Amino acid sequence: MTRTLSRRGFLKSAAAAGAVLYIGATAKGAMAASGSADAMLTPFVKIDSSGGVTAIVKHFEKGQGPATGLTTLIAEELGVTMDQIDYEFAPSDPAVYNNLLFGPFQGTGGSTAMANSWMQYRTAGANAREMLIKAAAQAWGVDAASLDIQDGLITGAGNSAPLGEFVAQAATFEPVETPRLRDPADWKIIGKEATRRKDSPVKVNGTAKFAMDVHLDNQMVVMIKRTPQRGGQVVGIDDSAAKEVKGFIMAQTLPTKLGVAVYAENTWAAMQAREALEVNWDFSAAESRSSQDIKDEIMAALNAKAEYNVNKADQAAVAATIDGAATVVEKTFYFPLLAHAPMEPLNCTIEQTAEGDIVLHDGAQMPTGPHMAYQQIFGLPAEKIHIKTMLAGGSFGRRATPDADYQVEAGLAFVMTDRSRPVKLVWDREDDIRSGYYRPAVGHKVRVGLDAEGTIIGWDHQVAGQSIMKGTAFEAFAVRDGIDHSSVEGIADSPYSIPGKALGLTDTKKATSVLWWRSVGHTHTGYVMEVMMDMAARAVGKDPVAFRLAYLGGEQDATRKAGVLKFAADKGNWGNPAPGNVQGIAVHKSFGSYVAEVVEISGNLDDGIQIEKVTAAVDCGIAVNPDVIKAQIEGGIGYGIGHAMRDQITLDGGAVEQSNFPDYEPLRISDIKAIETHIVASAEAPTGIGEPGTPPSAPALANAIAQLDLVVAELPMAENGVSFA
Amino acid sequence: MAISLKLNGKTHQVEAEPGTPLLWVIRDELKLTGTKFGCGVASCGACTVHLDGEPVRSCQTFIEDVEGSEITTIEKMEDDTIGAAVQQAWLELDVVQCGYCQSGQIMNAVGLLRENAKPTADEVDDYMHGNACRCATYQRIRAGVLRASEILEA
Ligand code: FES
Ligand code: FES
Repeated sequence: MTRTLSRRGFLKSAAAAGAVLYIGATAKGAMAASGSADAMLTPFVKIDSSGGVTAIVKHFEKGQGPATGLTTLIAEELGVTMDQIDYEFAPSDPAVYNNLLFGPFQGTGGSTAMANSWMQYRTAGANAREMLIKAAAQAWGVDAASLDIQDGLITGAGNSAPLGEFVAQAATFEPVETPRLRDPADWKIIGKEATRRKDSPVKVNGTAKFAMDVHLDNQMVVMIKRTPQRGGQVVGIDDSAAKEVKGFIMAQTLPTKLGVAVYAENTWAAMQAREALEVNWDFSAAESRSSQDIKDEIMAALNAKAEYNVNKADQAAVAATIDGAATVVEKTFYFPLLAHAPMEPLNCTIEQTAEGDIVLHDGAQMPTGPHMAYQQIFGLPAEKIHIKTMLAGGSFGRRATPDADYQVEAGLAFVMTDRSRPVKLVWDREDDIRSGYYRPAVGHKVRVGLDAEGTIIGWDHQVAGQSIMKGTAFEAFAVRDGIDHSSVEGIADSPYSIPGKALGLTDTKKATSVLWWRSVGHTHTGYVMEVMMDMAARAVGKDPVAFRLAYLGGEQDATRKAGVLKFAADKGNWGNPAPGNVQGIAVHKSFGSYVAEVVEISGNLDDGIQIEKVTAAVDCGIAVNPDVIKAQIEGGIGYGIGHAMRDQITLDGGAVEQSNFPDYEPLRISDIKAIETHIVASAEAPTGIGEPGTPPSAPALANAIAQLDLVVAELPMAENGVSFA
Repeated sequence: MAISLKLNGKTHQVEAEPGTPLLWVIRDELKLTGTKFGCGVASCGACTVHLDGEPVRSCQTFIEDVEGSEITTIEKMEDDTIGAAVQQAWLELDVVQCGYCQSGQIMNAVGLLRENAKPTADEVDDYMHGNACRCATYQRIRAGVLRASEILEA
């Protein structure tokens, strides 16, 4: 199989310097090795004759840790220290760098980076080790079984040499599908708290290069003046005032008519010129509803017969059981639209090479999206389009739009020029908050019936909101029988064995663009499940932990969930808060991982409450990098709690009312005084960690606030009766 | 207008219109990209630099107001005793996640330790309140400042 050189160009210079061993996969996913970059299909690791080892990381780094995690897997199996290995990001090539859980699609999401790379990268590293050892054994005339690689040295049978010496010979061997993997008892890096992040040094001295830091010679900066109401169309522009701005180049209406591209010599000029540009809009077909209209539609849907009977329950029978129950607990919940607001506003830079190829510099979460879109925009075959993945300043789902929204904007802005100057598209925070995609607004209505012993006998759960997956490229795998699983995940597949459960779903009309937001459906389903569990426990006078445990027996799925619940309760001093404080607890499974959190708060509803401490317990299988896992749990908790406290996106006449951090207030350092994370020791394969910390955080806080006699069923809390100190 | 800017110990001649935020001169003209753009309205701290040793938000500091002042950015922090200690603490504790806010966090933390060598956790929270981190690395930022204070004391 031959491939064009250009895709592999980034590896060529290394290859030219001397012998190099590449280990990776063929287009069919089989293990392969080569001594030349050009012949190599998909390297996951390259090793040169001076002993330089580089992991080629197929997932982008937005802070969640794959640059460290995937590098760890290679280093462990090969036998080098973390200081002896470097990393680089893979080019865009969905045939080989695809996410194994996404099909032929290269991308990062669903907390899958480690889960889908775990065997692949270890196998690559183990093959490299075995092939180098085989070469050394032949050269030394000893039994390969007597040799091992540690700290970059091949040692055994009285010999020792740096692994680089055997690279040329090793590259002539074939790798195997199932090389011997190191015994977990021998791991030196995996599972070790002391392992440091590979990307820390450049991020503390200002040298880390994010997409926003790309500055190509002669580049123009483009900002888009967008329709204030979704679906508004440009009918005319007046750039006379923009022309007064020094550095303004031109203004061009996008072919979509959804905005005007303003080109300037630098960012500040682009900002000012965009401000000065006058645009006439046609709003006749634009969205004109307000948040209250959207909410009314959702609430009406919750009170009507559900569009989908998700678990095919006999809904009338469940309703009758609950009607006859000794105790009935019921609540209606509402969750507002939320913006992702990653710290680095969206941006990317696009240029054309002398050969007519297109190069995109981007913090690319799903390179396959822009890669496909650009084939259409530029009329070029896939191999003429290259994506250089830069560090990303956060995402929380925002950079993974199925329609590659901002990359397409940049492509359209570039295609309207003569392409002699690179174009850097920059969004500011207002663009991010106003023109973004949002976590959908969702409503839930739940009725729980309990018998005289306080045991659940019926759980009627209705959900209504806008589907995330329908109408996207992901519909085929995420929607079954009309049901978008992401609307009901965390309820439909909850490990709680709840008898008499009915689950209904109604899709509401498209109100805005919606998108997965850190933990997707679990952002609201986790909240509702856990607040209801607590309400039910309190209604029958049972301890919330003991009450939940009654529904978590038997299956491993349930016992792992029970395990983190007990662990968090133990570590969080459940039942023994500091004097004057109250506690809440929640537990939720998402992305294959189980997380329980205890939130302890001080204060009261009149003077304001303060979150004193969050104690988390997590079971995510084998903890590859425990400190990265703790960081992700800390971040996931902050993300969940921060938005639940204060944030919402609201529409007025179709226009977004918020604009920047002053009215979309981020979590601040003083909001949570301490977070402590405990990891369950596990031999199970690693599962997700970027998202699972988020779902239990807000309900654990709500359950603590419930101790003050306020059940918060609509978010954000600050708009619904809670003040924060 | 032509402006002479003293930045990281060197003098630069730059051309910029009055009203241009210092942030964009640093990033686009001087091409020092460690200083970040996060909000443009002084509410996130990603753009924090030092003006005569004091942290300021460069997105709301205008070029005509900084002539004659000594400007310092993250790129120069390793030469600063406090800056180096903060960076060391940040590495020890792996404070960063995406990292985008961290130049500003470090610049602000250095400002705090310069003023108050031995802050309490609550004093750290007060001083760092305006520096947003969307990845919510706050627990480690707090611990990092306290650790840097320890390093400096040793
Ligand atoms: S960019 Fe200056 S404070 Fe946010
Ligand atoms: S580390 Fe990502 S915003 Fe702070």
